[in-house]
Amino acid sequence: MSGKVTTAAEALSVLHDGVCIAANFWGPGTPNYLWHILLHKSIKDLTICVNNYVPKTDATKEKGAPDPSLVLSQTKKIISAFTARPRDDLPIMTEIMKRVAEGTLEFESMSHGILIERLMAGALRLGGIYSPIGAGTAIEQGKEKRIINGREYIFQEPLIPDVGLVSAAKADIFGNLVYHGTARANNPIIAMASRYTIAEVFEIVEPDKLEPDAIVTPGIFVDKIVRIPENNTASKQRRMEWIRASISYREKQKMDEAAEIEAARGIIYERQANR
Amino acid sequence: MRLPGELSMKDRLTDELVAMRVAKELSPGDYCNLGIGIPLLCAAYIPEGVIIQSENGVLGYGPVYDATMIEQIDPDIADAGMRYLQHVPGMSFFDTLTSFVMIRAGRLVSVLGGLQVSEKGDLAVHSLGEDAGLPHIGGSMDLAWGAKRVIVAMTHNAKDGKAKVVRELSLPITCRKSVNLIVTDLAVIKVTNQGLVLIEYAPGWNSEEILARTDAPMTVAPDAHEIEF
Repeated sequence: MSGKVTTAAEALSVLHDGVCIAANFWGPGTPNYLWHILLHKSIKDLTICVNNYVPKTDATKEKGAPDPSLVLSQTKKIISAFTARPRDDLPIMTEIMKRVAEGTLEFESMSHGILIERLMAGALRLGGIYSPIGAGTAIEQGKEKRIINGREYIFQEPLIPDVGLVSAAKADIFGNLVYHGTARANNPIIAMASRYTIAEVFEIVEPDKLEPDAIVTPGIFVDKIVRIPENNTASKQRRMEWIRASISYREKQKMDEAAEIEAARGIIYERQANR
Repeated sequence: MRLPGELSMKDRLTDELVAMRVAKELSPGDYCNLGIGIPLLCAAYIPEGVIIQSENGVLGYGPVYDATMIEQIDPDIADAGMRYLQHVPGMSFFDTLTSFVMIRAGRLVSVLGGLQVSEKGDLAVHSLGEDAGLPHIGGSMDLAWGAKRVIVAMTHNAKDGKAKVVRELSLPITCRKSVNLIVTDLAVIKVTNQGLVLIEYAPGWNSEEILARTDAPMTVAPDAHEIEF
Protein backbone atom coordinates (compact mmCIF):
# COMPACT_ATOMS: atom_id res chain seq x y z
CA MET A 1 0.00 0.00 0.00
CA SER A 2 2.22 2.78 1.22
CA GLY A 3 5.38 0.95 0.15
CA LYS A 4 7.20 2.02 3.29
CA VAL A 5 7.91 -1.46 4.61
CA THR A 6 11.23 -2.64 3.24
CA THR A 7 14.60 -4.17 4.07
CA ALA A 8 17.40 -2.39 5.88
CA ALA A 9 19.66 -2.66 2.82
CA GLU A 10 17.05 -1.05 0.57
CA ALA A 11 16.14 1.64 3.11
CA LEU A 12 19.78 2.59 3.57
CA SER A 13 20.62 2.43 -0.15
CA VAL A 14 19.91 6.16 -0.60
CA LEU A 15 22.77 7.06 1.73
CA HIS A 16 25.93 8.44 0.20
CA ASP A 17 29.30 9.80 1.32
CA GLY A 18 29.15 12.88 3.47
CA VAL A 19 25.58 12.66 4.80
CA CYS A 20 24.61 13.71 8.31
CA ILE A 21 22.95 10.90 10.27
CA ALA A 22 21.12 11.37 13.56
CA ALA A 23 20.25 8.52 15.90
CA ASN A 24 20.39 7.32 19.45
CA PHE A 25 23.74 5.69 19.97
CA TRP A 26 23.37 4.43 23.50
CA GLY A 27 20.85 2.76 25.73
CA PRO A 28 17.20 1.90 25.14
CA GLY A 29 15.88 3.26 21.85
CA THR A 30 19.11 2.82 19.90
CA PRO A 31 18.45 1.54 16.35
CA ASN A 32 21.08 -1.16 16.72
CA TYR A 33 20.01 -3.14 13.66
CA LEU A 34 20.22 -0.16 11.28
CA TRP A 35 23.53 0.95 12.81
CA HIS A 36 24.98 -2.50 12.14
CA ILE A 37 23.94 -2.53 8.50
CA LEU A 38 25.04 1.08 8.04
CA LEU A 39 28.44 0.45 9.56
CA HIS A 40 29.11 -2.34 7.12
CA LYS A 41 28.23 -0.22 4.12
CA SER A 42 31.08 1.36 2.26
CA ILE A 43 30.19 4.99 2.79
CA LYS A 44 32.45 7.50 4.42
CA ASP A 45 32.88 11.08 5.61
CA LEU A 46 29.74 10.81 7.67
CA THR A 47 28.63 13.34 10.22
CA ILE A 48 26.93 11.50 13.04
CA CYS A 49 24.70 13.31 15.44
CA VAL A 50 24.21 11.27 18.61
CA ASN A 51 23.31 12.10 22.19
CA ASN A 52 25.89 9.88 23.70
CA TYR A 53 29.00 8.49 21.97
CA VAL A 54 30.12 5.98 24.56
CA PRO A 55 32.55 3.27 23.63
CA LYS A 56 32.03 0.32 25.97
CA THR A 57 34.84 -1.57 27.65
CA ASP A 58 32.81 -4.53 28.72
CA ALA A 59 32.93 -6.93 25.77
CA THR A 60 29.66 -8.58 26.69
CA LYS A 61 27.86 -5.26 26.59
CA GLU A 62 29.00 -4.46 23.07
CA LYS A 63 26.87 -7.16 21.57
CA GLY A 64 23.87 -5.58 19.96
CA ALA A 65 25.23 -2.05 20.27
CA PRO A 66 26.96 -0.26 17.39
CA ASP A 67 30.70 -0.71 17.21
CA PRO A 68 32.30 2.69 17.86
CA SER A 69 35.49 1.80 16.01
CA LEU A 70 33.52 1.15 12.84
CA VAL A 71 31.75 4.44 13.30
CA LEU A 72 35.08 6.12 13.60
CA SER A 73 36.46 4.72 10.37
CA GLN A 74 33.49 6.12 8.44
CA THR A 75 33.12 9.41 10.25
CA LYS A 76 34.58 12.85 9.79
CA LYS A 77 32.49 14.57 12.43
CA ILE A 78 30.68 13.55 15.60
CA ILE A 79 28.10 15.86 17.13
CA SER A 80 27.49 14.67 20.66
CA ALA A 81 26.61 15.68 24.21
CA PHE A 82 28.62 13.03 25.93
CA THR A 83 31.47 10.61 25.54
CA ALA A 84 33.66 8.47 27.77
CA ARG A 85 36.72 10.03 29.38
CA PRO A 86 40.01 8.88 27.87
CA ARG A 87 41.09 5.80 29.78
CA ASP A 88 43.79 3.22 29.36
CA ASP A 89 41.28 0.42 28.93
CA LEU A 90 39.53 2.30 26.12
CA PRO A 91 42.07 2.34 23.27
CA ILE A 92 39.46 3.87 20.99
CA MET A 93 39.53 7.07 23.06
CA THR A 94 43.26 7.36 22.35
CA GLU A 95 42.47 6.92 18.67
CA ILE A 96 39.81 9.65 18.89
CA MET A 97 42.19 12.08 20.64
CA LYS A 98 44.82 11.36 17.99
CA ARG A 99 42.42 11.96 15.11
CA VAL A 100 41.07 15.14 16.70
CA ALA A 101 44.64 16.38 17.18
CA GLU A 102 45.65 15.64 13.57
CA GLY A 103 42.42 17.23 12.33
CA THR A 104 40.86 14.23 10.59
CA LEU A 105 37.98 14.05 13.06
CA GLU A 106 35.88 16.86 14.38
CA PHE A 107 34.03 16.60 17.67
CA GLU A 108 31.26 19.12 18.25
CA SER A 109 30.39 19.21 21.91
CA MET A 110 27.23 20.58 23.47
CA SER A 111 24.76 19.89 26.24
CA HIS A 112 22.08 17.28 25.62
CA GLY A 113 19.43 20.01 25.94
CA ILE A 114 21.12 22.11 23.25
CA LEU A 115 21.26 19.10 20.93
CA ILE A 116 17.52 18.55 21.45
CA GLU A 117 16.58 22.21 20.97
CA ARG A 118 18.70 22.46 17.81
CA LEU A 119 16.90 19.40 16.40
CA MET A 120 13.60 20.99 17.43
CA ALA A 121 14.61 24.21 15.67
CA GLY A 122 15.46 22.10 12.61
CA ALA A 123 12.14 20.26 12.81
CA LEU A 124 10.24 23.57 12.92
CA ARG A 125 12.50 24.99 10.18
CA LEU A 126 13.44 27.92 12.41
CA GLY A 127 16.36 30.13 11.47
CA GLY A 128 17.95 29.36 14.80
CA ILE A 129 17.28 29.87 18.46
CA TYR A 130 18.54 31.95 21.35
CA SER A 131 19.30 29.50 24.13
CA PRO A 132 20.11 30.41 27.73
CA ILE A 133 22.17 27.26 28.28
CA GLY A 134 25.92 27.71 28.34
CA ALA A 135 26.06 31.49 28.86
CA GLY A 136 29.40 32.28 30.51
CA THR A 137 30.83 28.89 29.53
CA ALA A 138 32.89 27.48 26.66
CA ILE A 139 29.61 26.94 24.76
CA GLU A 140 29.42 30.65 23.88
CA GLN A 141 32.80 30.75 22.14
CA GLY A 142 32.45 32.05 18.60
CA LYS A 143 28.68 32.43 18.91
CA GLU A 144 26.47 35.49 18.87
CA LYS A 145 25.35 36.57 22.33
CA ARG A 146 22.29 38.60 23.10
CA ILE A 147 20.67 40.01 26.20
CA ILE A 148 16.90 39.55 26.17
CA ASN A 149 14.89 40.90 29.12
CA GLY A 150 18.05 41.13 31.18
CA ARG A 151 19.12 37.52 30.56
CA GLU A 152 21.99 36.25 28.44
CA TYR A 153 21.25 34.04 25.45
CA ILE A 154 23.44 32.33 22.88
CA PHE A 155 22.51 31.85 19.25
CA GLN A 156 22.31 28.20 18.21
CA GLU A 157 21.86 27.05 14.65
CA PRO A 158 19.18 24.52 13.74
CA LEU A 159 20.16 20.94 12.99
CA ILE A 160 18.46 19.16 10.10
CA PRO A 161 19.98 15.68 9.69
CA ASP A 162 19.89 14.21 6.18
CA VAL A 163 18.91 10.86 7.60
CA GLY A 164 17.33 9.96 10.92
CA LEU A 165 17.47 6.39 12.20
CA VAL A 166 14.87 5.66 14.84
CA SER A 167 13.87 2.68 16.90
CA ALA A 168 10.26 2.00 17.92
CA ALA A 169 8.30 -0.82 19.48
CA LYS A 170 5.63 -1.08 16.79
CA ALA A 171 4.70 0.41 13.45
CA ASP A 172 1.77 -0.01 11.12
CA ILE A 173 2.24 0.10 7.34
CA PHE A 174 1.56 3.86 7.36
CA GLY A 175 4.64 4.39 9.48
CA ASN A 176 2.76 5.40 12.62
CA LEU A 177 5.01 4.58 15.55
CA VAL A 178 4.51 3.68 19.19
CA TYR A 179 7.37 3.37 21.63
CA HIS A 180 7.94 1.38 24.77
CA GLY A 181 9.45 2.62 28.04
CA THR A 182 12.57 4.76 27.92
CA ALA A 183 13.24 3.52 24.36
CA ARG A 184 11.32 6.62 23.25
CA ALA A 185 14.32 8.82 24.15
CA ASN A 186 15.45 11.06 21.25
CA ASN A 187 13.56 9.08 18.61
CA PRO A 188 10.46 11.29 18.17
CA ILE A 189 12.51 14.49 17.75
CA ILE A 190 14.98 12.78 15.40
CA ALA A 191 12.07 11.51 13.28
CA MET A 192 10.62 15.01 13.03
CA ALA A 193 13.89 16.84 12.35
CA SER A 194 15.37 14.56 9.68
CA ARG A 195 14.80 14.94 5.95
CA TYR A 196 14.52 11.16 5.52
CA THR A 197 13.62 8.89 8.42
CA ILE A 198 14.05 5.15 8.65
CA ALA A 199 12.37 3.34 11.55
CA GLU A 200 13.42 -0.06 12.79
CA VAL A 201 10.67 -1.80 14.74
CA PHE A 202 10.24 -5.00 16.68
CA GLU A 203 6.79 -5.56 15.20
CA ILE A 204 4.75 -4.40 12.19
CA VAL A 205 1.04 -4.64 12.97
CA GLU A 206 -2.19 -4.52 10.96
CA PRO A 207 -3.42 -0.96 10.25
CA ASP A 208 -6.28 -1.23 12.76
CA LYS A 209 -4.08 -2.52 15.57
CA LEU A 210 -2.52 0.78 16.65
CA GLU A 211 -4.69 2.94 18.86
CA PRO A 212 -4.72 6.41 17.22
CA ASP A 213 -4.59 7.98 20.70
CA ALA A 214 -1.38 6.12 21.47
CA ILE A 215 0.61 7.05 18.35
CA VAL A 216 3.61 9.21 19.23
CA THR A 217 5.25 9.64 15.83
CA PRO A 218 2.68 10.02 13.03
CA GLY A 219 3.54 8.20 9.82
CA ILE A 220 4.17 11.40 7.86
CA PHE A 221 7.59 11.60 9.54
CA VAL A 222 8.56 8.04 8.61
CA ASP A 223 9.81 7.24 5.11
CA LYS A 224 10.85 3.62 5.52
CA ILE A 225 10.00 0.87 8.02
CA VAL A 226 12.31 -2.04 8.66
CA ARG A 227 11.45 -4.97 10.89
CA ILE A 228 14.25 -6.32 13.09
CA PRO A 229 14.75 -10.02 12.23
CA GLU A 230 14.01 -12.42 15.11
CA ASN A 231 17.53 -13.76 15.39
CA ASN A 232 19.31 -10.44 15.00
CA THR A 233 21.51 -9.11 17.81
CA ALA A 234 19.10 -6.17 18.08
CA SER A 235 16.12 -8.41 18.79
CA LYS A 236 14.57 -8.53 22.26
CA GLN A 237 15.63 -12.11 22.99
CA ARG A 238 19.23 -11.48 21.99
CA ARG A 239 19.32 -8.25 23.99
CA MET A 240 18.07 -10.10 27.06
CA GLU A 241 20.81 -12.64 26.51
CA TRP A 242 23.52 -10.01 26.61
CA ILE A 243 21.91 -8.16 29.51
CA ARG A 244 22.05 -11.43 31.47
CA ALA A 245 25.63 -11.95 30.40
CA SER A 246 26.72 -8.41 31.22
CA ILE A 247 24.96 -8.37 34.61
CA SER A 248 26.50 -11.64 35.69
CA TYR A 249 29.84 -10.36 34.35
CA ARG A 250 29.49 -7.19 36.46
CA GLU A 251 28.38 -9.20 39.49
CA LYS A 252 31.42 -11.39 39.11
CA GLN A 253 33.61 -8.28 38.82
CA LYS A 254 32.03 -6.89 42.00
CA MET A 255 32.64 -10.17 43.79
CA ASP A 256 36.24 -10.20 42.57
CA GLU A 257 36.68 -6.63 43.83
CA ALA A 258 35.14 -7.52 47.19
CA ALA A 259 37.46 -10.53 47.41
CA GLU A 260 40.43 -8.29 46.62
CA ILE A 261 39.41 -5.82 49.32
CA GLU A 262 39.00 -8.67 51.77
CA ALA A 263 42.42 -9.99 50.81
CA ALA A 264 43.96 -6.51 51.20
CA ARG A 265 42.32 -6.21 54.62
CA GLY A 266 43.82 -9.52 55.60
CA ILE A 267 47.25 -8.20 54.68
CA ILE A 268 46.70 -5.00 56.68
CA TYR A 269 45.51 -6.92 59.71
CA GLU A 270 48.47 -9.25 59.44
CA ARG A 271 50.85 -6.31 59.32
CA GLN A 272 49.24 -4.76 62.37
CA ALA A 273 49.48 -8.07 64.19
CA ASN A 274 53.15 -8.31 63.30
CA ARG A 275 54.01 -4.96 64.83
CA MET B 1 40.79 10.87 53.21
CA ARG B 2 43.47 12.94 54.87
CA LEU B 3 45.16 16.10 53.71
CA PRO B 4 48.91 15.87 53.24
CA GLY B 5 50.53 16.76 56.55
CA GLU B 6 47.31 16.39 58.45
CA LEU B 7 47.97 15.17 61.95
CA SER B 8 44.58 14.07 63.15
CA MET B 9 42.98 10.88 61.91
CA LYS B 10 39.53 12.39 61.83
CA ASP B 11 36.96 10.65 59.72
CA ARG B 12 35.16 12.42 56.94
CA LEU B 13 31.61 11.42 56.08
CA THR B 14 31.20 8.44 53.79
CA ASP B 15 29.45 8.93 50.43
CA GLU B 16 26.37 7.22 51.92
CA LEU B 17 26.22 9.69 54.80
CA VAL B 18 26.57 12.65 52.40
CA ALA B 19 23.73 11.14 50.35
CA MET B 20 21.61 10.73 53.53
CA ARG B 21 22.12 14.39 54.42
CA VAL B 22 21.21 15.52 50.87
CA ALA B 23 18.09 13.35 50.99
CA LYS B 24 16.88 15.36 54.02
CA GLU B 25 16.57 18.38 51.70
CA LEU B 26 13.82 16.69 49.71
CA SER B 27 10.18 16.53 50.80
CA PRO B 28 7.20 14.53 49.58
CA GLY B 29 5.83 16.11 46.40
CA ASP B 30 9.27 17.24 45.21
CA TYR B 31 10.43 16.17 41.77
CA CYS B 32 14.16 15.57 41.59
CA ASN B 33 16.89 14.53 39.22
CA LEU B 34 19.90 12.72 40.64
CA GLY B 35 23.27 13.01 38.90
CA ILE B 36 25.90 10.31 38.59
CA GLY B 37 28.01 9.52 41.68
CA ILE B 38 27.04 10.52 45.22
CA PRO B 39 23.70 12.04 44.04
CA LEU B 40 22.51 8.67 42.74
CA LEU B 41 23.08 7.18 46.19
CA CYS B 42 20.38 9.54 47.52
CA ALA B 43 17.74 7.38 45.83
CA ALA B 44 17.99 4.93 48.73
CA TYR B 45 17.33 7.62 51.38
CA ILE B 46 14.82 10.08 49.94
CA PRO B 47 11.46 10.23 51.68
CA GLU B 48 8.47 8.44 50.22
CA GLY B 49 6.54 10.73 47.88
CA VAL B 50 9.61 12.30 46.25
CA ILE B 51 9.40 11.65 42.52
CA ILE B 52 12.64 10.93 40.66
CA GLN B 53 13.22 11.99 37.05
CA SER B 54 15.84 10.68 34.67
CA GLU B 55 16.74 12.80 31.65
CA ASN B 56 16.49 9.93 29.17
CA GLY B 57 12.71 10.02 29.64
CA VAL B 58 11.23 8.60 32.83
CA LEU B 59 9.49 10.19 35.79
CA GLY B 60 8.49 8.41 38.95
CA TYR B 61 10.82 5.50 39.40
CA GLY B 62 11.92 3.71 42.50
CA PRO B 63 13.88 0.52 42.91
CA VAL B 64 16.24 -0.78 40.26
CA TYR B 65 16.60 -4.46 39.46
CA ASP B 66 19.42 -6.32 41.06
CA ALA B 67 21.20 -9.39 39.80
CA THR B 68 18.71 -11.75 41.44
CA MET B 69 15.86 -10.40 39.32
CA ILE B 70 17.41 -10.55 35.85
CA GLU B 71 14.45 -12.41 34.35
CA GLN B 72 12.05 -9.58 35.20
CA ILE B 73 14.19 -6.92 33.50
CA ASP B 74 12.66 -5.05 30.60
CA PRO B 75 15.63 -3.97 28.43
CA ASP B 76 13.70 -0.89 27.28
CA ILE B 77 13.18 0.55 30.76
CA ALA B 78 16.33 2.07 32.23
CA ASP B 79 17.57 5.36 33.70
CA ALA B 80 20.38 7.52 32.34
CA GLY B 81 22.87 5.47 34.35
CA MET B 82 21.66 2.35 32.45
CA ARG B 83 20.16 0.83 35.57
CA TYR B 84 17.08 -1.26 34.77
CA LEU B 85 13.98 0.04 36.52
CA GLN B 86 11.03 -1.62 38.17
CA HIS B 87 7.49 -0.46 37.46
CA VAL B 88 6.01 1.76 40.16
CA PRO B 89 2.57 3.42 40.36
CA GLY B 90 2.55 6.87 38.78
CA MET B 91 5.50 6.15 36.48
CA SER B 92 5.54 7.91 33.11
CA PHE B 93 7.68 7.78 29.98
CA PHE B 94 8.33 10.59 27.51
CA ASP B 95 10.77 11.75 24.88
CA THR B 96 13.88 13.79 25.63
CA LEU B 97 12.33 17.03 24.36
CA THR B 98 9.66 16.73 27.09
CA SER B 99 12.38 15.71 29.52
CA PHE B 100 14.44 18.85 28.89
CA VAL B 101 11.34 20.99 29.18
CA MET B 102 10.93 19.52 32.69
CA ILE B 103 14.57 20.22 33.42
CA ARG B 104 14.50 23.83 32.21
CA ALA B 105 11.07 24.76 33.57
CA GLY B 106 12.19 25.10 37.18
CA ARG B 107 10.07 22.20 38.39
CA LEU B 108 12.86 19.89 39.48
CA VAL B 109 15.32 19.89 42.34
CA SER B 110 18.66 18.93 40.85
CA VAL B 111 21.25 17.03 42.85
CA LEU B 112 24.55 17.16 41.00
CA GLY B 113 28.07 16.04 41.72
CA GLY B 114 30.75 18.72 41.74
CA LEU B 115 34.40 19.25 40.85
CA GLN B 116 34.44 22.87 42.07
CA VAL B 117 31.90 25.35 43.41
CA SER B 118 32.74 29.05 43.70
CA GLU B 119 31.65 31.45 46.42
CA LYS B 120 29.11 32.90 43.97
CA GLY B 121 27.58 29.48 43.34
CA ASP B 122 29.30 28.90 39.98
CA LEU B 123 29.53 25.18 39.28
CA ALA B 124 32.17 23.10 37.51
CA VAL B 125 31.16 19.49 37.08
CA HIS B 126 31.51 18.33 33.47
CA SER B 127 35.21 18.57 32.73
CA LEU B 128 38.64 18.44 34.31
CA GLY B 129 39.80 20.43 31.31
CA GLU B 130 42.46 17.90 30.28
CA ASP B 131 40.71 16.66 27.16
CA ALA B 132 39.15 19.86 25.91
CA GLY B 133 37.03 19.33 22.86
CA LEU B 134 35.56 16.01 23.86
CA PRO B 135 31.99 16.26 25.08
CA HIS B 136 31.20 15.38 28.68
CA ILE B 137 28.42 17.86 29.35
CA GLY B 138 25.43 15.53 29.05
CA GLY B 139 22.50 17.17 30.80
CA SER B 140 24.56 18.94 33.49
CA MET B 141 24.34 22.47 32.01
CA ASP B 142 20.58 22.20 31.55
CA LEU B 143 20.07 20.78 35.05
CA ALA B 144 22.25 23.41 36.75
CA TRP B 145 20.59 26.23 34.80
CA GLY B 146 16.98 25.11 34.93
CA ALA B 147 16.36 23.46 38.28
CA LYS B 148 14.41 25.34 40.93
CA ARG B 149 17.08 24.36 43.42
CA VAL B 150 20.58 22.99 42.83
CA ILE B 151 22.23 20.89 45.51
CA VAL B 152 25.82 19.82 44.95
CA ALA B 153 26.98 16.64 46.69
CA MET B 154 30.73 16.19 46.60
CA THR B 155 33.89 15.63 48.63
CA HIS B 156 35.18 18.78 50.31
CA ASN B 157 38.68 18.32 48.93
CA ALA B 158 40.06 16.71 45.80
CA LYS B 159 42.25 13.58 46.01
CA ASP B 160 45.35 15.78 46.14
CA GLY B 161 43.87 17.73 49.06
CA LYS B 162 42.99 20.86 47.04
CA ALA B 163 39.86 22.68 48.15
CA LYS B 164 36.84 22.22 45.88
CA VAL B 165 34.95 25.15 47.38
CA VAL B 166 36.86 28.07 45.87
CA ARG B 167 36.83 31.83 45.27
CA GLU B 168 36.94 31.48 41.47
CA LEU B 169 36.62 28.32 39.38
CA SER B 170 39.80 27.14 37.66
CA LEU B 171 38.02 24.30 35.81
CA PRO B 172 35.68 24.72 32.81
CA ILE B 173 32.42 26.31 33.96
CA THR B 174 29.22 24.26 33.77
CA CYS B 175 26.87 27.02 34.92
CA ARG B 176 27.28 30.39 36.59
CA LYS B 177 25.46 31.34 39.80
CA SER B 178 23.45 28.15 39.98
CA VAL B 179 24.27 26.31 43.21
CA ASN B 180 22.03 26.82 46.26
CA LEU B 181 23.46 24.31 48.70
CA ILE B 182 26.73 22.40 48.98
CA VAL B 183 26.84 19.17 50.95
CA THR B 184 30.33 17.74 51.39
CA ASP B 185 31.96 15.07 53.52
CA LEU B 186 32.86 17.86 55.98
CA ALA B 187 30.12 20.47 55.88
CA VAL B 188 26.81 21.82 54.69
CA ILE B 189 27.26 25.24 53.09
CA LYS B 190 24.57 27.63 51.91
CA VAL B 191 25.25 29.87 48.91
CA THR B 192 23.65 33.27 49.58
CA ASN B 193 23.83 36.70 47.96
CA GLN B 194 26.12 37.66 50.84
CA GLY B 195 28.44 34.73 50.13
CA LEU B 196 28.99 31.27 51.57
CA VAL B 197 27.54 30.40 54.97
CA LEU B 198 28.63 27.33 56.90
CA ILE B 199 25.51 25.93 58.51
CA GLU B 200 26.50 22.41 59.53
CA TYR B 201 29.73 20.55 60.12
CA ALA B 202 30.63 16.86 60.23
CA PRO B 203 30.82 15.23 63.66
CA GLY B 204 34.20 15.82 65.25
CA TRP B 205 35.06 18.82 63.05
CA ASN B 206 34.90 22.53 63.89
CA SER B 207 34.46 25.57 61.69
CA GLU B 208 38.16 26.61 61.78
CA GLU B 209 39.22 23.20 60.48
CA ILE B 210 36.65 23.39 57.70
CA LEU B 211 37.60 26.99 56.78
CA ALA B 212 41.23 25.86 56.58
CA ARG B 213 40.20 23.32 53.93
CA THR B 214 38.15 25.82 51.94
CA ASP B 215 39.58 28.31 49.42
CA ALA B 216 36.81 30.90 49.65
CA PRO B 217 35.62 33.33 52.30
CA MET B 218 32.85 31.82 54.36
CA THR B 219 30.89 33.03 57.35
CA VAL B 220 29.71 30.71 60.08
CA ALA B 221 25.98 30.78 60.82
CA PRO B 222 25.26 31.76 64.45
CA ASP B 223 23.29 28.56 64.86
CA ALA B 224 25.77 26.32 63.03
CA HIS B 225 25.60 22.78 64.37
CA GLU B 226 26.71 19.25 63.80
CA ILE B 227 25.17 17.51 60.76
CA GLU B 228 22.17 15.39 61.64
CA PHE B 229 21.04 12.56 59.40
